[in-house]
Amino acid sequence: MTRLTLGLLAALAACALGLVTSQHHARKLFAELEREQARAKALEVEYGQLQLEQSTWAMHARVERLARERLRMRPPEPSRMQVLDTPPRAEVASR
Amino acid sequence: MRFADSPVLAPTFPPWRSRFVVTLLAVAFGTLVGRAVYLQGWNRDFLQAKGESRYSRTLEIPGNRGRIFDRNGEALAVSTPVKSIWAIPEDVALSARELERLAQVLELPRDELRRRLGDTARDFVYLRRQVPPETADRVAALRLAGIHQSKEYRRYYPAGETMAHVLGFTDVDGAGQEGIELAFEAQLAGRAGSRRVIKDRLGRIVEDMEGEGAREARDGADVTLALDSRIQNLAYVELKRAVEANRAKGGGIVVVDATTGEVLALANLPSYNPNNRARLVGGQVRNRAVTDAFEPGSTLKPFTVALALDTGKVSPYTTIQVAPGSLTIGPATIRDAHPEKALTVEQVIQKSSNVGAAKIALGLAPEAMWELFDGIGFGAAPRLGFPGEAIGKVRPYKTWRPVEQATMSYGHGIAVSLVQLARAYTVFARDGDLVPLSLLRVDSPPAGKPVVSKHTAETVRHMLELAAQPGGTAPRARIMGYRVAGKTGTAHKQEHGGYAADKYHSSFVGLAPASRPRLVIAVMIDEPAAGQYYGGIVAAPVFAQVMAGSLRILGIAPDAPMKPIETAPPALEVRESV
Repeated sequence: MTRLTLGLLAALAACALGLVTSQHHARKLFAELEREQARAKALEVEYGQLQLEQSTWAMHARVERLARERLRMRPPEPSRMQVLDTPPRAEVASR
Repeated sequence: MRFADSPVLAPTFPPWRSRFVVTLLAVAFGTLVGRAVYLQGWNRDFLQAKGESRYSRTLEIPGNRGRIFDRNGEALAVSTPVKSIWAIPEDVALSARELERLAQVLELPRDELRRRLGDTARDFVYLRRQVPPETADRVAALRLAGIHQSKEYRRYYPAGETMAHVLGFTDVDGAGQEGIELAFEAQLAGRAGSRRVIKDRLGRIVEDMEGEGAREARDGADVTLALDSRIQNLAYVELKRAVEANRAKGGGIVVVDATTGEVLALANLPSYNPNNRARLVGGQVRNRAVTDAFEPGSTLKPFTVALALDTGKVSPYTTIQVAPGSLTIGPATIRDAHPEKALTVEQVIQKSSNVGAAKIALGLAPEAMWELFDGIGFGAAPRLGFPGEAIGKVRPYKTWRPVEQATMSYGHGIAVSLVQLARAYTVFARDGDLVPLSLLRVDSPPAGKPVVSKHTAETVRHMLELAAQPGGTAPRARIMGYRVAGKTGTAHKQEHGGYAADKYHSSFVGLAPASRPRLVIAVMIDEPAAGQYYGGIVAAPVFAQVMAGSLRILGIAPDAPMKPIETAPPALEVRESV
């Protein structure tokens, strides 16, 4: 009888400690998950800002102005343009 | 004698006392058990909630507003976090130097800042909303008591004024106010959520709590528009150039893909910068191409002719007597700018003869004409989803007098928006059917609604091609390498119930490549004031520039020899009748 009681007591203690450990473990993992989620959110925000930045730098009006002013580019003269007849798409695909 | 029987141990008090104590204890235990059952059983949810509220926190999770992209995935509107600086005036005690520094960082006048902080009757004042994160960090670095910050979202529009009217804008709280932002509010808007969590003493979240008070945050969906930002930019730039060169009051341009009904570009002037709306006046915000109806003038002649052809009343070579260049119906007289003796139906379009169009119209049944206008979408909203779409004005045919029927044939006494006009021309760009327009990218081309026969559409397209050549009213609409077709319109503006003598709407609607039309472009210049006002001179060049650029951007094969366009001497240009 006493032995059984002691055995159960030991089992109970083990279970209790196990519960505490696993709870702690769970909380640690959860904190990690939180951190990663926050990071994902921050990266999402940064992505949005980068998209914004890209769009701003790549504004067609700006690109055109830079091309004209800094790179001294201009649309080609019609006389210097050569137009090639491309075969219809279906033909290209079948080749 | 056994120990238990010893007389010393015999009870010396009455037995009821022990029974009384036992009963008392039993009652006490019973009460405890009862209370426990009551708390654990009946009151459990309430108490648990109360308990949780002692150690759990509610966190607000903002729902981000969706982004807007053009058809090629370029970002047109993006929300990004910014900070708002607010204060509890009662808690703020700033020295003069601190006030100075704060005013400097926030870029606010010092007196204004002092006034706001002095209002101690309120326990919350915004000092400045939506400042960039860097400014907020500098405010935080000042370490001032009673000054706080909160996170907000601000929407940026990289394309600025180029797309202002299409995209619209949001208010300071992020709700759509105009344009796409308002039209697609339901999709774009995110829904803020909240969650209940347990935090430890270091402020880390250790557990998520289910149940009440937790609502999932939902980010708004992204919207992909039909717009092509390259074409949009081109259209805006060319329109602006024309409006400035002609010292016009405003203007509009619509580019439509005739095969899918997608709106590739839509621009208006005057425009505004949606990122800085401090000096905005009401009229600037209006998307005129969609919300304003105007009398289109001669751009409607092709529809009159199409109906006459479709019902077999005329053939392209039927001769119409237009001498002596005017036609009197009742009290009104219709005039041509250049009197001719006789014109074929084809030439009526080519030379834009009012008398010719009126004579053709008088041979048509009013009901049939009304049905045609209805069929091409006049007098009904184009259903783009835009707020405040103009439905235009088409009076019921039973109230038409003959003179009105005649003037309607060349676009007077009827009002349409520029978008409606562009859409109507898809009938000629396609095989006589009208396609629904879409602001969103379309994956499979929608079915059109037949209006006139395929043969009629082709015949009218040929006439429109003649109009956009030397000998027509719009030789300046020509572009190198492509056959174009189109029609000019020049109409007196309506003012105070009559026509203003020197104010015009100059327009041009055209399509290209004429052999297999892909794009329809409608241009309207409002009140050109630099001397020229004919649609063929003011609006057609804008069409030519934008069409040439758009066809190149879309990589559409040329259908004409690549020969430079020779500009005809102005004297040879045909002036249309106004």
